[in-house]
Amino acid sequence: MKRPASRVTGYAAATVVVLVVWEAAAAALRTRALPSPGETARVLVERFGADILPHLGVSVSRVALATALGLALGAPLGLVMGRSKRLDAVAGPLVFLAYPVPKVVFLPILLVLFGIGNAPKVALIALIVFFQILVTARDAARSIQPSAILSIRSLGASRWQVFRHVVVPAALPDVFTALRISTGTAIAVLFFSETVAGTDGLGWYIMDAWTRIAYPDMFAGIVVMALMGVAIYELLEALESRLCRWTRTGTGR
Amino acid sequence: MARIEVDGLTVRYPGAAPVLALDALDLDVGDGEPIAVIGPSGCGKSTLLLVLAGLVAATEGSVRVGGEALAGARRRTALMLQDFGLLPWKTVEHNAGLGLEIRGVDPMTRRATVAAVLERLGLAGFGHAYPAELSGGMRQRVALARALALEADVLLMDEPLSALDALTREDLQGLLFELWQQRGHTQVLVTHSIEEAVLLGRRIVVMTPRPGRVAAVLDNPEMEQPGYRSTETFLRRCVALRQMLESEGAFESAAGAARAEA
Repeated sequence: MKRPASRVTGYAAATVVVLVVWEAAAAALRTRALPSPGETARVLVERFGADILPHLGVSVSRVALATALGLALGAPLGLVMGRSKRLDAVAGPLVFLAYPVPKVVFLPILLVLFGIGNAPKVALIALIVFFQILVTARDAARSIQPSAILSIRSLGASRWQVFRHVVVPAALPDVFTALRISTGTAIAVLFFSETVAGTDGLGWYIMDAWTRIAYPDMFAGIVVMALMGVAIYELLEALESRLCRWTRTGTGR
Repeated sequence: MARIEVDGLTVRYPGAAPVLALDALDLDVGDGEPIAVIGPSGCGKSTLLLVLAGLVAATEGSVRVGGEALAGARRRTALMLQDFGLLPWKTVEHNAGLGLEIRGVDPMTRRATVAAVLERLGLAGFGHAYPAELSGGMRQRVALARALALEADVLLMDEPLSALDALTREDLQGLLFELWQQRGHTQVLVTHSIEEAVLLGRRIVVMTPRPGRVAAVLDNPEMEQPGYRSTETFLRRCVALRQMLESEGAFESAAGAARAEA
């Protein structure tokens, strides 16, 4: 079990390394395109409330909503597919045809369908999370030990009770892993979709600063976007250790 | 009353190459009788247990438990599998109370029942542990706790002790015997071990290789004597059972499977 204290120390050490490398690079390159950490921090503090915060709010709600949607649709469908040969025979080929297609190529279609507001961005990220979770949940549900199912069925469990007590918890750690992995992709796609269309979100803020040649602003935006990624990752980590306590003890999962 | 009456039980697993697992098997286990079932690997012993637990349907023949034709899982039948059937994500307390929870017993009653049963099995203080934190013998006790919490009158066990080391195994054989003596439930123990069969079966049913049928039944009424394990009768019975298995052509594969599992 990781102690929170050692985690904080780890983050602090990593931050120091990043700052030192950044400072050194800025001093060595002496270009306007790479402002120093100090200058970036100054701009960040100056602009945060008025400029950056609203964009951060927009970006966070897009990612949160899209992830929730992808999870709410992908996890149940994946689990049921993993346990039902009949549904899997019907839906399986469709999923495996669609899974390897990079979802980001659908952005133009989504823009045509939903305009340039929140909807296409949320839909695109939800699509990516959906497939990631779906495939993981399906595989996890398929690999459940038959004896676990037999044992609970011998107690007279209904189909729903088998799901609640066995299938869902058995797949939960894998679903969390998939969620954390897809968070990285989700933020990358968020950035991309915000730069392509619309006038808000951190992605737009960063690229707007770039066109204004306001490099410290741009770097402030990049730092905030990076921190947003770290925060989401940590949030999922905390949720997982709360909901999957048994994986933190002994050798079992 | 929980007598088990099996009459002409045939189980055929369908598929491209159908497997005849059990062929017209007859078996009668009296109310409160402990029997052991022994036979070569793949003789359909496990299938028999799954049928008795209501998880596999008979292709032909009839199965009655407690005077009623079996249709699905029965309320007071407990099934214990080789890997104990514990759920890794549930604490000892929740694993032991799972049967009660599924039956909709209210949490207060559930907690009280489970606490008493855990105490009885020497697991007091481990209620909040996860199975991964326990030794094999303790996990087996949790599986037993689940059966006791249900007030099971039929206990079906498929190689329940085969994953344990020799000392723990002896210890739990003693516990199984003690529990049976106190509670008087009907008990069907499927095992590979000759000694275990003789220790825990008042009758020992020897099965044929697949498709499974009853090849012979060995009476073992002395199993209730105190200290049976160290009597001469016990040793003689073990030898007799061994000879019986050999003459059924079952011994080679049974011993081979036992070795493979060790």
